Amino acid sequence: MDFQSCVKIQKEWDIVGARQLGRERAKAIGFGTVDQARIATAISELARNIYLYAKTGKICFEIIDDLEHKGIRIYAIDSGPGIEDISQVMEDGFSTSGGLGAGLPGVKRLMDHFEIDSEPGKGTQVKTVKWVR
Amino acid sequence: MNIDLRNIVLENSDTIVKKWLEEVSKNRNNDYTSTISDELFQSTNREFVNVIFTSVDKQGVTSELDDFSERLINLGWPLSYITDGLQVFRRVTIDYMLGQSEKVDTDQFAKILDLVDNWVEPIINQLVNEYSGSWEHTVSLQRVALQELSAPLIPVMDNITVMPLIGTIDTERAKLIMENLLDGVIKHNAEVVLIDITGVPVVDTMVAHHIIQAAEAVRLIGSTCILVGIRPEIAQTIVNLGIDLSKFPTKSSLRKGFQSALELTNRKIVQTKQSEDNVEKLLDSLNKE
Ligand SMILES: Nc1ncnc2c1ncn2[C@@H]1O[C@H](COP(=O)(O)OP(=O)(O)O)[C@@H](O)[C@H]1O
Ligand SMILES: [Mg+2]
Repeated sequence: MDFQSCVKIQKEWDIVGARQLGRERAKAIGFGTVDQARIATAISELARNIYLYAKTGKICFEIIDDLEHKGIRIYAIDSGPGIEDISQVMEDGFSTSGGLGAGLPGVKRLMDHFEIDSEPGKGTQVKTVKWVR
Repeated sequence: MNIDLRNIVLENSDTIVKKWLEEVSKNRNNDYTSTISDELFQSTNREFVNVIFTSVDKQGVTSELDDFSERLINLGWPLSYITDGLQVFRRVTIDYMLGQSEKVDTDQFAKILDLVDNWVEPIINQLVNEYSGSWEHTVSLQRVALQELSAPLIPVMDNITVMPLIGTIDTERAKLIMENLLDGVIKHNAEVVLIDITGVPVVDTMVAHHIIQAAEAVRLIGSTCILVGIRPEIAQTIVNLGIDLSKFPTKSSLRKGFQSALELTNRKIVQTKQSEDNVEKLLDSLNKE
């Protein structure tokens, strides 16, 4: 992974930094305004989850640009408390912080591909992709 | 011994000053002060070196130093001008003192270094403090200014109020939005409040949650909240997130929202005869000529 395109999440304004970089990358590779907004929103959700639940972590971007397809892959990585029950947090409306609980299921719908890996006590990693159409 | 060394420096200040001015002017080409006029640069240098010598002479922070730093800050000179200048002073002075005696033993060498550091340190500390104090002051002023800008409430007409939101919404700002909204609705006796999010770059679940809560609170105190300025791409992401905004009214533009606000307060816009009258007056006056 190219670590040049990682943004550390430590304070609330880092969320803004991450989604600005993500939007810039997405625009550069040819995403339209609606998809740019989807990508920026997805990054915002993932980064805020890191900030809220894991305190610190990072958001990384990978540009995919080969003969077959073009897109952006986003990683959200933290070493926070992890998630006990993945299927529960993927339900609409589940939140341990009094939030809307629409973040993770929302990201899954905003993007084309979504994977989440988590180990309680170790941390969480979300990998998600959007393709240029 | 220290007094002797100090006197040597003070008595030979002319030589040291000359050397210092040379060095500082040499540094000039490649840096920040390039927009400053030559005259001002030279006179500031002379003043700076005088301030340094006064402080060496009086052994500590002087009112000259205070005045000087205040002026530099007001003129917007960079802090590096001062730190560079003091480094040069340190080097030039140490060089000069070492050049005074044929043989300098390590003991004496250490003493000279120590002495000069003791001169330079309080000056650096004082100036850095003044500078950072002024930065902190600026930052806190800007924070206040931003806070005032962050959730303004405009009572456009009796019972109708608009809150235009521009820029990123973080938790601090979200709280302000709620507070200002409730205060304002009560103060202006607003029946309808229009929240305009045209200028909000990203509406994620946190922002949506705060807006929903604010609208709900407005409803509880007996008024209506209309969300306006939802750009098409924002509408799509809100739907994708699965956020349900159907519980309170939304409109795509402020104009449409304002029309509903008028309807809700039993009013409408009527075209007056004013313009016709004006045309007639104009024709009248033309006929007279
Ligand atoms: N990075 C993470 N580390 C630990 N727990 C997480 C993380 N991200 C999400 N969660 C858990 O998943 C729940 C649902 O997250 P989300 O769908 O974003 O909704 P919300 O943030 O509104 O609660 C959170 O309340 C939290 O308990
Ligand atoms: Mg969340």
